[in-house]
This record gives sequence, C-alpha cells and structure tokens, in this order.
Amino acid sequence: MYVSDDISEKRDELEGMKDLELSEGRWVEVCRLSRITPGTGAAALIDGEQIAVVRARNSENVFALSNFDPFSKAFVIARGIVGDREGTPKIASPIFKQSFDLRTGECLDDPSVRLPVYPTRITDGRIEVLVPSRGHGS
Amino acid sequence: MTERKELLVVGNGMVGHHFLNEAAARGLTSEYRIRAFGEEPRPAYDRVNLSKLFDGKTESDIALGSREHYEKLGVELELDETVVSMDVKAQTVTTQRGRTFAYDALVLATGSRPFVPDVPGKELPGCFVYRTIDDLDQIRAHAASCKTGIVIGGGLLGLEAAGALVSLGLKAHVVEFMPRLMPLQVDDVGGAVLKTRIESMGVELHLGKKTVEVMKSGERVCGLRFADGEELEADIVVFSAGIRARDELARHSGLAVGDRGGIAVDMQCRASAPNVFAIGECAALAGKTYGLVAPGYRMAEVAVRTLAGESADCGSFDLSTKLKLLGVDVGSFGDAFGAAPGSKTISLYDGVARTYKKLVLSEDQKHLLGGILVGDASSYSELLTYVQNQLDVGEHPEALIAPAGGGSGKPALGIDRLPDTAIICSCNNVDKGAIACAIREQKLTKLAMVKSCTKAGTTCGSCATLVGDILKSELKRAGVAVTNHICEHFPHSRQELYHLVRVRKIQSFDQLIAEHGKGEGCEICKPAVASILASTWNDYILKAEHEGLQDTNDRFLANIQKDGTYSVVPRVAAGEITPDQLIALGTIAKRHGLYTKITGGQRIDMFGARLEQLPAVWRELIDAGFESGHAYGKALRTVKSCVGSTWCRYGVQDSVGLALRIENRYKGLRSPHKLKGAVSGCARECAEAQGKDFGVIATEKGYNLYLCGNGGMKPQHALLFASDIDEETVIRYLDRFLMFYVRTADRLQRTAAWLNNLEGGLDYVKSVVIDDSLGICAELEAEMDHVVDTYQCEWKTTVESPERLTRFQPFVNSNEPDPNVVFVRERGQIRPALWEEKQGLVEAGQVHLPVLQPALSA
Repeated sequence: MYVSDDISEKRDELEGMKDLELSEGRWVEVCRLSRITPGTGAAALIDGEQIAVVRARNSENVFALSNFDPFSKAFVIARGIVGDREGTPKIASPIFKQSFDLRTGECLDDPSVRLPVYPTRITDGRIEVLVPSRGHGS
Repeated sequence: MTERKELLVVGNGMVGHHFLNEAAARGLTSEYRIRAFGEEPRPAYDRVNLSKLFDGKTESDIALGSREHYEKLGVELELDETVVSMDVKAQTVTTQRGRTFAYDALVLATGSRPFVPDVPGKELPGCFVYRTIDDLDQIRAHAASCKTGIVIGGGLLGLEAAGALVSLGLKAHVVEFMPRLMPLQVDDVGGAVLKTRIESMGVELHLGKKTVEVMKSGERVCGLRFADGEELEADIVVFSAGIRARDELARHSGLAVGDRGGIAVDMQCRASAPNVFAIGECAALAGKTYGLVAPGYRMAEVAVRTLAGESADCGSFDLSTKLKLLGVDVGSFGDAFGAAPGSKTISLYDGVARTYKKLVLSEDQKHLLGGILVGDASSYSELLTYVQNQLDVGEHPEALIAPAGGGSGKPALGIDRLPDTAIICSCNNVDKGAIACAIREQKLTKLAMVKSCTKAGTTCGSCATLVGDILKSELKRAGVAVTNHICEHFPHSRQELYHLVRVRKIQSFDQLIAEHGKGEGCEICKPAVASILASTWNDYILKAEHEGLQDTNDRFLANIQKDGTYSVVPRVAAGEITPDQLIALGTIAKRHGLYTKITGGQRIDMFGARLEQLPAVWRELIDAGFESGHAYGKALRTVKSCVGSTWCRYGVQDSVGLALRIENRYKGLRSPHKLKGAVSGCARECAEAQGKDFGVIATEKGYNLYLCGNGGMKPQHALLFASDIDEETVIRYLDRFLMFYVRTADRLQRTAAWLNNLEGGLDYVKSVVIDDSLGICAELEAEMDHVVDTYQCEWKTTVESPERLTRFQPFVNSNEPDPNVVFVRERGQIRPALWEEKQGLVEAGQVHLPVLQPALSA
C-alpha cells in the first residue's frame, strides 16, 4: 500500500516511460484475443524475448510482462494464476508463488524486484505488444 | 576516509555473535574494523538448542552465523583461531598460530567450559562433556557401540544430555550430588514431580550421590563408584555438572577476576584494563557469573552501546527459564524461591496429572514476584509478564494457576492490558511497543514475518504465543479481521464455500465470486474453488471456465519442475504392471529423452518433458493402455500394495486385488490435499498402510481399516478405525470417510491434520461414518457414486480436443522450444543444467534475460 502521493508519482513515472518507449518502440502482433482464455496467460516470443501475455478474467484488459521468474530463473510467469491483491491486478509465479503487479511488473512480495512490462493494445481482435526497437539499449 | 580503529572480538559463540550483529546494527563498523576470533571450526550456532541435533535437526538448522552473514555485516571472522595470550599494555593479542593483532578495543566473549569434577578416571575413553557440536559428534560416534550411559549432573544441561542419550537409544542414568533435580530452578516439590515424570520415561535417577571414581575395564569406561561404596555400570559417561567461566586469558594478563571466577567487569562490561570488555558467561558482574543466554545478550548490547559512546547499564538480569527436558515442561521465573522478605506462596500440586505450580506473591499479595511450573508450563509467558510489568494480580491470584474449567474469576490477561514497555521476548530484549510498531509500519501479517523482523521469539521460542497475540490484536486494530476466511476474496472458509457450491448448485468460479465474493480471486482461492467444483460436479477440469483456476500442474496435467519442464506419471494401479507396459514406458521415455525414476507410490515418473512434448507423450501412453495418474492433482494418487496371498507364503488376503479395486474406484477424486492409500496382505504390513491417509491390513477374518496417517514432513501413524470387516464394508466406510473429509477439511489440509483439528477426533469420525450420527451417510455415498460414475481420463479428453492442444504450444506466436531449457547428462540420464552451466548460452545470445529494473518504490 502506498500513500496517494506515491501513487501519482509512480503513475507519472510510468507515463513517462511509456512515452519514451512509444518513440523508440514498435507494435508487434502476437495473437488473436480469443486465443487466450480469460483469466489466464500465455507466453509469446518476440525478438528472442519471452513475454507473458495475460488476459483479465472479466474484461478485455491485456497485460504484457517478462515471462522470466527471477526467483526460480525459469521462463514460466505466463503459467501462473491471475488474480488481484487488494485490487492490484497480479499474476503468481507457478514455481514459488511470488506475485507480480501486472501493470508495473513489481514483485508484490519483494519490492526490490521488478520485471519489465510492455504496453499492449487490441486492434481488430488481435493483441499487439509494444516492444523496444531492435538495438534499443537493453 | 580516515583509518578505522581496530576492534577485536575473542570468541564466536552465541554472545559473541550477538555482539557482532548489534555492533553492525549500531554502525560501529564505520568507526572500527571489526575482527572476530572463533576457536571452533564453524561460526556461531544456537547452543541452547544443541540437543535438537538428536531430534532430526541438522547443523544448519541451529546455525546462527555464516561467512556470508558476517560479510554482509562488514565484520571479519577468523575461525579455528584461538587467542592464547594478550598484552594489555601493548594492546595486542596473539593466537595459537602465532599471529599477533593490535587492538584499540577488545571484547572478550570466551564463554565457559563444562566443569569436570576431579575424580580418578575422568580422562578415560568413553568420558565426554556436553557443550559443542564436536562434543555431540563424539558422543554419537562412541554411543554406537554402547548400551548404557550415565550423565553426571541433574541440572538443566544434565537432563538435556540425558535426553540426548535416550535419543541415541541408550538406557540413561542421571547422577546428581544434590538431593533433587534442577536445584537452581525448582524447589523440593517441583523436583519430586520432575523426578516421577522423568523416571516414567525410563531414565533412572540417582540423587544425593557423590561420584568418587570412574571405573575402567581395559582402557574403556565401565561405570562409576560412589562415596557410599555402590557402583553403577555404564559404557559412556557424560559430565554435565555445571560450567566455569573461561577467564584464563584474562587471569594470565593480569586482569581482575571475580572471587568465584569470571573476568570482573563493571555495569558497562568494562574489565580492569583500558579498552577491554568482557561479556557473556566469561564475565563476572558484581562478582557473579551468568550461565544463561539472555543476560549474555544484554551484556553484548551494553558493550556495543558503551563503545558507541552512549550511556548504557546492565541493570539486573532476568534469570527466568522455560524449557522442555525429556518432554517435561519446566518453568522457573522471577523470585522462584520466595527470597523476598514477607513474600507469600500459593502452590498447586496435582498428583494425578503430575503437575506442580507455585506462585510467589509480594507481601501485600498484589503482585506476582516469581514462580515455578513443572509438568505444564503453558502459563509461563503470561505469568512472567505479570512479574516483569508488576501487574495487579487481582482478588484471586490462585486462579492464575487453577486447572482449566476449575473455578472462575481468572483475571484475563489480555495482551491489550500490557504497557508498550512490557518485555515480551527476554532473550532478545524486545518489548511490546517494538513488536506492535514493526507490525504496523512494515505491515506484517504473519507470525513468521514478525519473528524475522523483530527477532522476538527466535531464541527459546517461549514467547511465540504472546507475539502471536500482539499480531492478532494489531491486525484487529488495523481493521484486518482475523478469521478463517480462505483469502481476501471470500468471507468464507473452505468448508463454507463447499457448502455454498453444493447447496446453491454453483457451477463456476465466476458465479461463486459474483454471488459470494469480491475481486478477481488469487492463487489461494482459485485452486481451492476448482477443487471444490471438481469434487462436487466432476467436470473436465480444463473447460474454459475452469482453466484459469488451476495451478500450473492441473492446467497442464503434469508436475512442473524447477526449470519449467514437467514430469509425467501414468497410473499403475496398485503397482501392478505387465512386462509389455514396462517396455512401453521405457520406449516412450527413451523416444522423448526423458529421465526416469521409480516413485514411492509404486509408479514410474518421467522427467524433463517440455510443455509442447506433453500431448505427444500422452498420445503414446494412451495407445499403450495407460491413463492419467493424477500425480499433478490434489487428488487420489496411489493405492500401494504388497503382493499378497497370491504369491506370498504369509499373505492371508489378495491385497493386490483389493488395492486395484480401491484405486480404480477413487482415481481422479479431487480432494483438499493429495490422498494416498495402501493395502497389506498380512500383519507384516509390507505396503506401509499405517503411513497413509487410508490403509487396509488383511487379517484372517477380513480387514483392519486404518485412517488419517501420512508420511512426509510430519509423519503420523494412521489410527485403527474398524477391525475384521469385509471388503464391501471397507469400500462403504471409505466412501463415507473420503467424502466427509472432502466436505469438511481446510484447503491443503491432509487427513492427519484434519483429524487432529477435528473436535472429538477419531471417535467423532467413527460416529459419523459407522453409526451415521449425522444422518448423512446416504448422501456421502451418493456423492461418491456420482464422482465414480463420471470419471474420465483427463489426458484422453485432452488429446482428443484440438482446441485444448493449442494450449501446449511453447509460445502463442511460435513453435520454437524454450531455449532456456537445457539438459546435461549425469549417471546415464539427463538432468536440468545448473544456472551457471547455462551462462554460456546467455553470453552467446541464445537465451535472452530481461533487464530487471529496481522497483520504483525502492
């Protein structure tokens, strides 16, 4: 839980990040929205990066974050259970059950860990993920 | 940066360790380069819990420090390095290796040594002391060839040592010079109660006996001779007759020592030479040494604060102790012997329960000064709290020790009545305010978190209940209800959710959370609800509306392993398998490059299958006549069997036949936790049925049914439920028992834990299952029949559904296998590559690792 100031600061920073990536990234089509069962995730491979694409249970919201679980060092995040903690949408790693905020990638059980997240959008029933352009400093 | 001064700490025991922790926490490391010397080859460990090494704990369980830990603290540690001399004028110390170190400040934490009375023969092979891990190792090694052991000393440590001998399978004797046990902690009556309890455990006590000689046979110990001429035979002798401060180093360098030993120190733990401190058991404060850890910790803190330039004072020490010796609870606190002038005593001796409780009250009878508890020390923390905080004991102080249910008027010591300054954990000197503050500020919600953040309850553990009460009280105050709710999404327990699903005929998680919960759900409630839905309606678990509820194992019908691959276990009911099936398993495993291992449940586990390999593996398994083994589910796993009367000359019934029938009946049954069964063909019990959730043992007349056992982390024997019943009755009772468990258990609660928490225990289960006291047996049987009738092999359904099979693709947009899954060969099979072994792939760009960013809030 954060006090409201922190939240707005965080949001500003996130917005800032999105802008940066918008200017240097590209939208990549991943699959049809219907390919992913509501309330589950699936792994995608984009430019060699493994990305977990997660669909909310009751809406068309789609999130994308790294598929890498830093605690087990396996690429399995997409196979976790999707849910929320006090309203924060999250996914729990299937190996040791740490939860990650789907919007920020932050590990809710260990705030010193954060997975990269990627903006998403739905175009003509297809999921697209914004990834940094090739050669973008990683 | 200016040159740091040199601070040397001699001794790396519990107190030395505590000093280093405190010094780092208070920032002494920026002013001093801190170096510690330990004489043992290992860093500090929890000597208080040394005897746990005989109860299945390992060295690492009782370790306190480690090289990494000290590195993190920024202190240097020299192990196997004994300081043998010091020069207080030159301010140097020299070690046994001849290395000399200069100091600006020196802390002596050399501890104490076991006192060995000067009797002839005390050096013989077979004589030991009980203080270090090495001592224990030697005792263990020697005891292997022994039958009888004697402990000299009936104090706290002596009884611990006797417990250790019992754990090693020896007949144990305890010899005490004084006429009662634990003379420092308990009085005559307490000692007598302790004596009867310890004797009933097979330990023989010899009180008021003075040992004059350790007798030998050849070069080995063979027993003791006492002053009264009597002799006692034994092949091992452990001396545990008290401790003596290790003050030689100080003596030889001219430091003042106490009359009865110990390095003389003032209230700031300063010894008689400049810049020298002594803490713990080696220190004599006002001429007195202390053999308990709490005063030692306090001295360490005082020394640290003094070095940091703060004012600090040892004050008076709390010498209260609570321990469990040979399974007997003993507590002794405050003014246990009523030394205060005018003090009054109330005591309660229960000769039937063999308990003794004594309270010492102040002259005006308003305050508790101390007390003794033997046989039942459950009220120790509460009573100690009264003493430490001088709380008013009310009109009826006797109610504090009255037996439960006997009389009323016991003043309830709500945790809320305690002031913030009340010391909760006296080992680590943590008060209530500090604990409450940590809970509030760090948003702690679990006891384990509170313990790790505050250190309260981490040494002797006797205050854990109080810490738990503070947690509950703080959570309540913060509006977090302390309930049996399964998680934040449902205001219901698992049992209530089960009831709702069945009675309201709820078919999906979406419906249940919309009508009875809130939010999106989580990894706690979703699998629990999936299990309830499966136990009740037995749908295919991967229907779209159930898919997102399943743990990854259920979702992909296989067991996930550490590298993200899966293992596959086909059903081999009752462990009976044909040669052709064995060949098929081998062929399939070989074709797909899988690692194979035999499981404890008489099956074959095949490891290393990537997600996308699972459907192909299963298509071949199904073609060979196999079906899902549900090893991935909280479901019936196996019914193990011995070969029974068909082959075995001792067998009295066809155990394989019955095991097959039971496994095939309940296969696929989803339950709160995994279920395992077994059938043995005779009383020799080769199928280990008494270690299972349900076990059947054949008798001449039929079968004995055992329930609620399990192996695993906390093994528990199954209990005899019914004797000499026929096969149909076995099935009928199992139907009812299993469904009753499925209905009423908590999530992830195995049958043993369920039974332990069930009011009325086994008798209650008997009344429900055998006598139908709740009138639900017909329902339970009908529910089980439904599950049995609607069984399907989940893998068969899955491989027949092209839609489902898309879920096993490695990526939604690519069929390339996960490049991070890498195997190496070991003992002729594959195993997952270690992370280090995969580094080359990362460097070669074959595996992309995400750039982990520090969290915004960090």
